[in-house]
Amino acid sequence: MTKILEVLITGLLVGGLYALISVGLSLQYGVARILNISHGEFIMLGALITWTLYTALGISPLISLVICGPSALALGFLIHRTLFKRLLASSASPAVFESNSMLAAFGLMFILQNIALIIWRADTRAYSYLSIPVHVLGTLFGANRLLTFGIALVIGLAFYLFLHLTRTGKAIRAAAQDPTTAGLMGVNINHVLALCFGLGAAMAAVAGVLISMCYAVTAVMGLEYTVIAIIVVVLGGLGSIPGSFLGGFILGLVGSIVTFLEPGLALVAYYVIFVLLLLIRPTGLLGR
Amino acid sequence: MKPGNLNLQRMWGPGLAFVILALLATLPLYASAYSIILVTDILMFVILALSWALFSAPTGYISLAPAAFFGVGIYTSAILGRQLPLPLVVFLGGLISFCLALLVGALTLRLRGIYFAMFTFGLVELIKHFWLWYEIKFTGTRGRFVVVVDQQTIYLIMFTIFVLLLLTTYLIRRSRLGLALRSIGECEEAAAHIGVNVNVLKTLTFALSAIFIGAAGSVIATRWTYVDPYIAFNPLYSFMAVLMAIFGGIGHPYGPILGAVIFAYLEEILLTRFPYYYMLIFGVVLIITVLYLPEGLIGLMTKTRKRLAGGQDAPA
Amino acid sequence: MPLLEGKGVTRYFGGLAAVQNVDFHVDQGEIVGLIGPNGAGKTTLFNLISGALVPQSGEIKFKGANITGLKPHVICRRGIARTFQLVRVFPNMSVLENVLMGVLFGKPDSHTMDQAREEAERWLDFVGLSAVKGLPARSLTLANQKRLEVARALATGPELLLLDELMAGLNPTEVAQAMELVSRIWEQGITIFMVEHVMKAIMGVCNRIMVLHHGEKIAEGTPQEIATSRTVIEIYLGE
Repeated sequence: MTKILEVLITGLLVGGLYALISVGLSLQYGVARILNISHGEFIMLGALITWTLYTALGISPLISLVICGPSALALGFLIHRTLFKRLLASSASPAVFESNSMLAAFGLMFILQNIALIIWRADTRAYSYLSIPVHVLGTLFGANRLLTFGIALVIGLAFYLFLHLTRTGKAIRAAAQDPTTAGLMGVNINHVLALCFGLGAAMAAVAGVLISMCYAVTAVMGLEYTVIAIIVVVLGGLGSIPGSFLGGFILGLVGSIVTFLEPGLALVAYYVIFVLLLLIRPTGLLGR
Repeated sequence: MKPGNLNLQRMWGPGLAFVILALLATLPLYASAYSIILVTDILMFVILALSWALFSAPTGYISLAPAAFFGVGIYTSAILGRQLPLPLVVFLGGLISFCLALLVGALTLRLRGIYFAMFTFGLVELIKHFWLWYEIKFTGTRGRFVVVVDQQTIYLIMFTIFVLLLLTTYLIRRSRLGLALRSIGECEEAAAHIGVNVNVLKTLTFALSAIFIGAAGSVIATRWTYVDPYIAFNPLYSFMAVLMAIFGGIGHPYGPILGAVIFAYLEEILLTRFPYYYMLIFGVVLIITVLYLPEGLIGLMTKTRKRLAGGQDAPA
Repeated sequence: MPLLEGKGVTRYFGGLAAVQNVDFHVDQGEIVGLIGPNGAGKTTLFNLISGALVPQSGEIKFKGANITGLKPHVICRRGIARTFQLVRVFPNMSVLENVLMGVLFGKPDSHTMDQAREEAERWLDFVGLSAVKGLPARSLTLANQKRLEVARALATGPELLLLDELMAGLNPTEVAQAMELVSRIWEQGITIFMVEHVMKAIMGVCNRIMVLHHGEKIAEGTPQEIATSRTVIEIYLGE
């Protein structure tokens, strides 16, 4: 019984991270129409920077959250304003922009990964933070894992409130539904698109910080997370941010169960779900 | 323009190509060992780029799968290399890649292009994970040793794959299939409505392109002597294929060939001088190409030639 | 037996009924018009007939055979061709290549390339575009691109031609030319089903007119009957 509980709670904890990562990607694709396949590299950078700050300067990962998040937001914003905005202007149609932006993101992925390899080499890095065991319903979990889950939830909630209660948030939701009309209604669409890309990058970086608190990290860890985020976004429904949130938890649970039964097959299980989705319901759970 | 001039102009292209092919075919007779190895590598990249362009260029469906097929070819060699003769192994590497691509295409190409891109993007990672699990669970090993083959044989097989691919590319370009693929890229809905069976043609062409990539993987693996899932299933090969084809220009078969030659050679140089920087440079080049050189080098050359010649279609 | 027949054809988008329980028929040799205010479901109905969309309920028959849910390329080979509301030529292929595509893929019988090219040139001649056959399609004017689309559709050898707003965006001279083209197509023995907003064209050329509103068929009759129908006038004035 405790085993089952352990598997389920692990699923939720991991699901929280997946949800955070995927909401970021969903923002970038759903609003800015960019399939950012370099998403995982922002996660990786958040993780490795946190490791460096902690092991070299003793800075707590919680502080790193506040450092990496806004930095990634700014970086993402900048990247969009310089690179993707220019692509948007030069692309003959939305379909062409979708292809071109994906290719540019592909280039970005290798640039960021190479930078990381130069700084940190390919070695695995890890640090210990708050690995104090905590009792949860009869099972034992590291305090760090519970903390990351809590933070992921808080960020998710904060983002939800941001989307629904603030002016900018509403502008984002309008742009996601209908960019042209939103533009006509006085929304500075360029800013909104860049902001969405930046927010997506920020969520990735924050997720990276959280991941580094619990797991070992390397400069090549990004790809796997990007693939997972993509599957979650398809599961939740392309263009649906709540869908990605929900999908993250579902996939986290699936991963936990599969890892318990047969370690090493989690990604394969995710791909099986991907295949099933494409066969039966490509629009996903909540997609339009 | 005199009729004599016209003939000469139309002859120099294929003429030059024939000379180059003849030189390449006889390379082992006169070249150094180093040159043979270098040219083998260059041909491998040409095959990657040209195969990618075979499907993705006319249809506009961006495939990020080359690395997956390449890895499948590599592992076919690793597993079967001891029991079967190399040509058969290479053929099987191509065949298995074909089957995999057929499945992937049948599943994803009936949907929007973004699903195809997403699925092919993760494919290399999926196969890597699956194979890692399989090797640990069933064979107890991590990685395998590949049968060693001499450089001349490797080169000749690679050259054969290249020639077959070149032939296939040209035949398709001039055929109804080529027209159909272009029409799919220009306006898929209209193509479907005038009788083009878009799903079948897309899937078959995608599968066809995978054969060459798989075959190339099977033959190059013999040079590496040792492979494991991390070595075989490396997204770098998808990246290189895309970079080379797009930089060279996807409007004409010479484009990916040109791009592949340039980058294969560049990689050779940069790997020795700046081993830690070259992916950075290539990534920047891809972004610059997408931004400023959408038709690649070939497109640039064509535009320049037209501008110099003047006339109705000369760009402003 | 009608050439084209639809019973209870329905298609929803989300919660909205784009086409709701529509019955229709087109007999061989007719020119039938399909009118209605914007958003009435006219193009959706064409999409359902041509195979671009699948009806959620109802049945569509062509020459007595059920074509509901078949793929567009199959329906084309059976003998239905169409043009699109927003012109969909192959922009970077030449005018001749566009029509050549229709010949090569739209007709089940085989041709040599030379035979196909000849036939494509004949259709270009029919619509009056022979002079520009070598130009890329994107360089044509809108009116000419529409003609090209018609030529390409005709090249597939259809018995039924669906014209989706052929006259949209054309000036009065071009409209008159288009109407003349429609008559000539009909004289070739091809049945025509056309969506139009330009009333003069519809009234002048059609035997029978169907009126859609909010996805439902609300009227059907001769041009005279439709022009004087209270219901029809109200829905147009009321919009």
